[in-house]
Amino acid sequence: MTQRVLTLTVAAGLAASAAFADEVRVYNWSDYIDEDLLAKFEEETGLELIYDVFDSNEVLETKMLAGGSGYDVVVPTGTFLQRQISAGAFQKLDMTKLPNHENMWSMVEERTGKYDPDNAYSINYMWGTTGIGVNVGQVQELLGEDAPIDSLELIFNPENMEKLAECGVHFLDAPAEMIPAALTYLGEDPDSHDPDVIAKVEDVYAGVRPYIQKFHSSEYINALANGDICVAVGWSGDVLQARDRAAEADNGVEIAYNAPSEGGQMWFDQMAIPTDAPNPDGAHQFLNFIMDAQNMAAASNYVYYANGNEASQEFLEEDVIGDPAIYPSEEARENLYTTTPYDPKVQRVVTRLWTKIKSGT
Amino acid sequence: MRRIFVIAVPYLWLLALFLVPFLIVLKIALSDMALAIPPYAPTLDFQAGWAGIKAFVSELDFENFTFLASDDLYWKAYLSSLRIALVSTFLTLLIGYPMAYAMARSPEAWRPTLLMLVILPFWTSFLIRVYSWMGILSSEGYLNQFLLWIGLIDTPLAIINTNLAVYIGVVYTYLPFMILPVYATLEKLDGQLLEAAEDLGCSRLSAFWLVTFPLSRSGIIAGCFLVFIPTIGEFVIPSLLGGSDTLMIGKVLWEEFFSNRDWPVASAVAVILLLILIIPIVLFQRNEQKQRESEG
Repeated sequence: MTQRVLTLTVAAGLAASAAFADEVRVYNWSDYIDEDLLAKFEEETGLELIYDVFDSNEVLETKMLAGGSGYDVVVPTGTFLQRQISAGAFQKLDMTKLPNHENMWSMVEERTGKYDPDNAYSINYMWGTTGIGVNVGQVQELLGEDAPIDSLELIFNPENMEKLAECGVHFLDAPAEMIPAALTYLGEDPDSHDPDVIAKVEDVYAGVRPYIQKFHSSEYINALANGDICVAVGWSGDVLQARDRAAEADNGVEIAYNAPSEGGQMWFDQMAIPTDAPNPDGAHQFLNFIMDAQNMAAASNYVYYANGNEASQEFLEEDVIGDPAIYPSEEARENLYTTTPYDPKVQRVVTRLWTKIKSGT
Repeated sequence: MRRIFVIAVPYLWLLALFLVPFLIVLKIALSDMALAIPPYAPTLDFQAGWAGIKAFVSELDFENFTFLASDDLYWKAYLSSLRIALVSTFLTLLIGYPMAYAMARSPEAWRPTLLMLVILPFWTSFLIRVYSWMGILSSEGYLNQFLLWIGLIDTPLAIINTNLAVYIGVVYTYLPFMILPVYATLEKLDGQLLEAAEDLGCSRLSAFWLVTFPLSRSGIIAGCFLVFIPTIGEFVIPSLLGGSDTLMIGKVLWEEFFSNRDWPVASAVAVILLLILIIPIVLFQRNEQKQRESEG
């Protein structure tokens, strides 16, 4: 009897692993790939691709730290990746299975090496900046022709914000981006982890809080495109999507995106393979497929974000590679900074400060 | 033997579905945060045997609970959630009771249809119904457009992202949970009792207050619990309809869990929330039982 149960269990186990061997489960950000690529991957490899999406690093990280997510490939942002690597959430990549890795861009790998030393656990998927999206017409009407649309003065100087409140301002609900921005405005190190320095941000926000309509990390795309708001602190590709939607709707809304001239944050979304991935081999095949120059170019042409694949650049459309808001010049890149993850104590200070800024409690 | 079985089943049920999950959460609340999978320490190591359990217990402490007391955010959030839940329960009762009363007094042939209409919203996902309130209440939404059109207001009312929107969302969502139990008690009400009351000189209004209302008390209590308990920990409605200044414990708990990755403090918040709910309910039940015994 026991023998039979054992045989059955082993058989079921084998069947399950056989099912896993021809499936790859990918967990990526929403609206972040050209869906034709998913079909192309299935066609080329014969593997079944199960593609799920998320919309915040926190949700992904909680899944990773709980363990047993069942995903083979996930896409955390650099700072989150670093912490998850320390927690033991990811496995080292097997470079022999990733011949396309030679396509990667050293400019990006140098920077991502800050989060993932030697890029041993991850490859770059997309990168971008956090900056200011404006409705050019409305802002110039309220602040004059020489409105500082590429400066943090626009969003942190109460005099400007008081006027802009009339047409609506949204801020990202992301303390890891908004606190470094305010620190840059104060002339402090944006990557400061000193609670006393971070606390200075409170005064900056106290001055402009009454004029901020909402803290939200995705609604601003539509709100900007429809002309409901005139300023949004947001992510480069998202603001550019708003610009394109407005252009398509032909509603007279002209959107511009700028990384702040005082210094803007540069971030990297990295693909990595969880330690307990059911199909690590399929995961490597997916990474290799993504690192193909033409595939990566197709993804960037679709989502308007820059990628970390140098070989893909010759296949990018002119309105992507030629747009300094997507691919900043080498000189402009000098002006961009990266940040490192907060340790738990500082993280608590940051979250608490952010709650206080938003709710006044 | 059969008697033991009959008693054991509800207790086993309580043990498996309430006590064990509660103990797991309590255990995490007494642990410390760690950078690991899962993100807290210590974890219980059964293989080390009795020594492992002893080492585990010695590392537990109440640090997270003292931390909750040190920051005013938490008690303010509990109080604000309590207030929102109490006001919403009262409003739901105010709106739901007359509806249930009218249903119970309607011709018998209509009742199944009316009951169906109350249940009908459940056919659509809760999330979609809350999203559609965003469409109704927003500044370009249907409500504002209608009010502008009839000329009642000149500028759109700011309802979305305020506590008012949260009240509207909660009352709308939980109204059926009030109507159904109240309707169930009112429908069973013996009509002859009212006739008797009127024969004895009651006006219709005083007959309602002296007979109908007290007899529907059990339905009112059930309805109030069904609305109050889920509302106090509500997360979806305040995060979709509320503003950045809507303070509710469900949102605070989310932030502890997701933004701070602090499962132990998040669990401590959950344990306190449970105590806030359970202690008054147990006291209430005990009081009810005493009353019944003294009457009986």
